[in-house]
Order: sequence, then structure tokens, then C-alpha cells
Amino acid sequence: MKLLVGTGAVLSFAGGVALATGPVSPPARGTQAPEVKKHELPVSKDGNLVVGLCDGETSMEVKGVKAGESLTRAQAQHVSGALMEEWLRKNPNAHWDAVPLVAQAPAPGSTTPRTQQPRTPAPSKGTVREGGVTPESGGAEVKKQQAVPIQDGHTYGAFSDRDEAIWAASTEQFVDEGHRVFHDAQAIGGTVGISCDMCHPDASNTHPETYPKYQVQLGRVALLRDMINWCIENPVRGRPLADGDPRMRAMEAYIYAKRKGVKLEYGKK
Amino acid sequence: MGNKFRSIETKHYAERDAFFDDLKKLDRRAFLRVAGISAGIAAGMGLRTPHSFQLVNVAEAQGTKPRFSFAYISDTHLYEKKLNDRFVRAILKAVDDVNGLDPQPDFVLFGGDLAQLGKPGELKLGAEILKSVKAPIRMMTGEHDWFLDMGELWTDLFGPPNYSFDHKGVHFVVLNSILEKDFWTERGLSPEERMQIVAGLDNGIQSRFEVGAPQREWLRQDLAKVNKATPIIVFSHSPLYKYYRPWNFWTDDADEVQALFKPFQTVTVIHGHTHQLLSNRIGNMSFHGMLSTAWPWPYAPEGLPQLTVQMNRSDPFSQFDGCGDGRMDVLESGMVDKLYNLWERNPISVRASYLASGGKRDVPPRTKLPSY
Repeated sequence: MKLLVGTGAVLSFAGGVALATGPVSPPARGTQAPEVKKHELPVSKDGNLVVGLCDGETSMEVKGVKAGESLTRAQAQHVSGALMEEWLRKNPNAHWDAVPLVAQAPAPGSTTPRTQQPRTPAPSKGTVREGGVTPESGGAEVKKQQAVPIQDGHTYGAFSDRDEAIWAASTEQFVDEGHRVFHDAQAIGGTVGISCDMCHPDASNTHPETYPKYQVQLGRVALLRDMINWCIENPVRGRPLADGDPRMRAMEAYIYAKRKGVKLEYGKK
Repeated sequence: MGNKFRSIETKHYAERDAFFDDLKKLDRRAFLRVAGISAGIAAGMGLRTPHSFQLVNVAEAQGTKPRFSFAYISDTHLYEKKLNDRFVRAILKAVDDVNGLDPQPDFVLFGGDLAQLGKPGELKLGAEILKSVKAPIRMMTGEHDWFLDMGELWTDLFGPPNYSFDHKGVHFVVLNSILEKDFWTERGLSPEERMQIVAGLDNGIQSRFEVGAPQREWLRQDLAKVNKATPIIVFSHSPLYKYYRPWNFWTDDADEVQALFKPFQTVTVIHGHTHQLLSNRIGNMSFHGMLSTAWPWPYAPEGLPQLTVQMNRSDPFSQFDGCGDGRMDVLESGMVDKLYNLWERNPISVRASYLASGGKRDVPPRTKLPSY
């Protein structure tokens, strides 16, 4: 078994540059699909299958399995275990959150199906209350819990305020781009001057939280984007957008953003 | 594709047709029994007006006899025909509807927003189409007609935006209630940009609608000549009350305008702009929203007047659903019964008695589907 370590993408660096260069003008932004750095896997000399880890850096050559062939379940388990071990070796200080027992305890009166047995919790140094949710384990504990030092030593979750500011700004930019397309008959490719906001001010009556659902008029189950495309083709008289079209993605973002806090109730009529 | 699957629209029309076929076969006694149920439907189909039905004869005995009727067409939002024929087809449908009314209405009120972006081609196209209305037309202006050239062309075509007239004992007042405070000069906006902003319902940059102090003064002087017992009917594009500010379903100086009407016994305000079934009552004043021929609007998330019986959620797959025109029957009392002639649904009547009783009597039918 041979382990090859490639150069990984430093994703947070790209975000940092975007913030440092200040706000980008709206039309330029969002017109391209976001780029996700691809994990370039090395090629095996023997033509063996090479498997990559989701950290974007680590990969492993599987002896005895040629590229293009599929692994048996036993082989796959072996490979994933080895990759995980390698990751832990490279990140000696990282560890997983302890599985919270409280969250996994069955609700009073309910029975846990046998197929959904809780995973064995990892050893934890934190205080975990046994016995599931009780009236005593609720609100009164919240204040105390807030005073408890936050777990650290993780790779995932160790984000700075700056990271979070970048994400919030990026998300907001995406939503803003959706707002622009939603309010512009030309941007959406319309030919008759009709834009989405004319019937849906503030994206009202779009009810994205009800999708997917059976759309009687289409005779099939529709996603929100199916309805967006229906509107683009009919009242707007444009051409339907491809799934990956940045305008479609941005409009979905805008529509969902406008329904923040509304209960998800997919399938609703 | 064959006829194996029938759309809900097809089924709906099949049911309606079957209903009217059955109606023709009824004997007189049975006919009178179903007359009450069918009055509204038949009126909406242009077959008969409710006057000819037994139902209305009963109403006359209670002193709510109609004096006269006028029809309404509103919010056509026309683009030039070469760009968009969708809304043109809708206004033509409305013109056919009111021309088909029997008896003919005393006049037809056009409720504003004839054009979409106030362009000369749009306004002139609208004026041309409205010429084919048989009854006299009373014009009201809307913000879509106004903000490209601040009403210049509209006034050339249709005369002053505010005026009053008397008709069969009722004093009518037409207001220009879509004036806005200047939000464009400081921003250096072009007339087109200004128009585009006002045309966007959810565009927060624009100012709020108002009647304005000079016009309120004109109104005060106009009303000074009118006997307080004379019924007043006001035409105003915006609702003349405060419904939902973010969408400008709102008239900023509504309180001051309402105060001018306080001394009068009966005041009715008919407005366009909101594109939905809308009813309100404040003190002595009844407010009636009109339908659009162009597109329906959803109800605002807050501020909806309590007396409003919501419009059924419209079917996005049907151009004309949630749209329509209608008729107002002005009663002896000066209040109005309004008939919403919804093009893809059975018509809905909202009676004066419903508003006058604070929603206790003659409640219009509730909708089956919620409005999201």
C-alpha cells in the first residue's frame, strides 16, 4: 500500500482574498458558477485504483484492484479505515466530538427501531447525562452550559469570526445576485418585459418550503426550480435555465432567503 | 396526446356548462329555486344580470334597491403590443365583458395603471382600446401612468387627474392619490429609472403615495359645496388607507383625506392598485379594491383589513386566473354592491350590507385554498 500526499487546496485563502479586495461589483459576481478546487489524484504506475480522502490531500493506491474496477464492500471498508488512520496520523491533536447521549435518547414513549441503534459513543471527557431528556435536563441547564468552555482541538469547527464574516458576506452577495435576476426581465432572459417580482413581490407566493411536491398542472413531482423554469417559459417568455445556471442558483438562494424561518413542509399542496 | 387526461380547467368548464344546460331544462318553479344560487354565476358569464333574478326582488323590499350601475376595468399594465400581447388580450377581454353587460352600465371606471412604464406607445395603445367601450369612460391615473413624464402625456390624453361630477344624486370625486415625494433628483435618476423604481412593488427606494396638500385643499373646497346627506363615491388608485407600507399598499396622508370625508353620511372609496379582492370599513367609509386584468397580487403578510374575504390562491398556470373586471351597483343608500367578475372562477359579490354590518351579514364565500 502506497500513500501519496498531494498539494491541497487552501480554500480559506481564496475567501480571504475576496474580502481583502473589498466588495465586488454585482453584475460581475455570480455570473460564473462557483469554482470548487478538484482533488487531483495521482496515477498509479501499475494501473491500480487510486482513492482520495475528502480532506482533498490524502490518497491511497489499492493493490489488486485496477483503475475502473469497483471495490468489494470488504475492500472498501479496509480502504476507508486506512485513509482515516492516515488522517488521524496527520492530525494528532484532532478528535471527534463525543456523540451526545442526550440527543440520541429516544423520546419518552417511543421505541427505537432496531435498525437505528445509536452508535457507540466515543470516550468523552465532557459531562454527559445518562437517561435521556428529562424535565430537569432542559432550560435550567442552558445557562450553566454556556459557561462551560467550548470544546477545542478540532480541525472542523475551529473557525474565526473573520471566517464567519466572509461566509455571511458571500452568502449575502449570492442572495443579492438572486434579487437582481428576480427583478430584471432582461437578466432572466424574458422577451416580454415581465419579471418575477411583478407577481411575486419580495418573493411572496413562491413558497419554496413546500417543494418537492406533486404539481397537478405538470402531472409530476416538481422542485422549486421546475416552477421557476415554468414561469420563465410562460409568463416571462424566456428559455428555461439549466440546473447549473448561476442565475437559477442565485434565484433559488434569494427565494429561500426570503422564507427564512418558515417551517419546511415539503409536499404541501 | 389524446383527451385521456382532462386538466382541472377543462373539468371546471365542463361542470359549468353542464350546470347551465340543466338550468335551461328546469320548469319555472325549480328555476326560481336555483335562481338565488345561480344569480352570481350567470351574471359573471354575461348571461343575465342579477337584477332579473328573484333574489334581487327580495332585496328591493328591504330598501336596498340599486339606483344605477357602473362597470370597472383596472390595472391593465399595457406594454407596447409588439413587445407583449399578453396584457393587451386581457384588456380586450375586459372591454368585451363590459360591452356585453345588459343593461349597459351608466359609465365605466378605468381604475388606473393603464400603462406599465408610462411610455407614449403604452398609453396611446390603451386610449385606443378603451375607445371601443360603448358606455362613457371615467379615467383615473395610476403610478405606472405617471412617473415617466410626471403625468404629462396622461393629462394630454385624458384630462386632469383629479375632478368631480354628480350623477343621479351621487357626488363622485376622482383623486390622484399616487403622488410621491421626490426621491429621484438627489439620486440623479433619469425619468426611466424613476419610473422603473416606482413600478417595482417591493422596491424600498421609492417614496410613499400621497394625495398631497394642494389636492387636499382642492378636495376641501369641492366638498364644501356638497350636502352632507349626499352619498359620496371616491375613485382613488391607491387604497386611501394604510394597508402595507413596504409594498406601497398605502397612502401616507390617508388620515387627513379621511378627515375631509368625516362629515358625510355615506362615503365609498373604490380603488385599484392592489389587484385583489379587498374590503375595508373605517367609520362611515367603505373601501373596495378592484381586480386587475394583468395579474393578481398576493396578500400582504400583515395589515390586511379584517373585512377582506381573501381571493382564492390563483393558479399560476392560467393567465387569467385571479384577474377580471366587475360592476358596482350603486344602491339607494349610496353604498355599493360590488361584483368581482373573476375570469377563471365563479364571480363573487360583496354586498354593501356585508360592510355596513361589520362583516356579520351577507358574508361572501370563503376560499378553499389558503393564500400563501
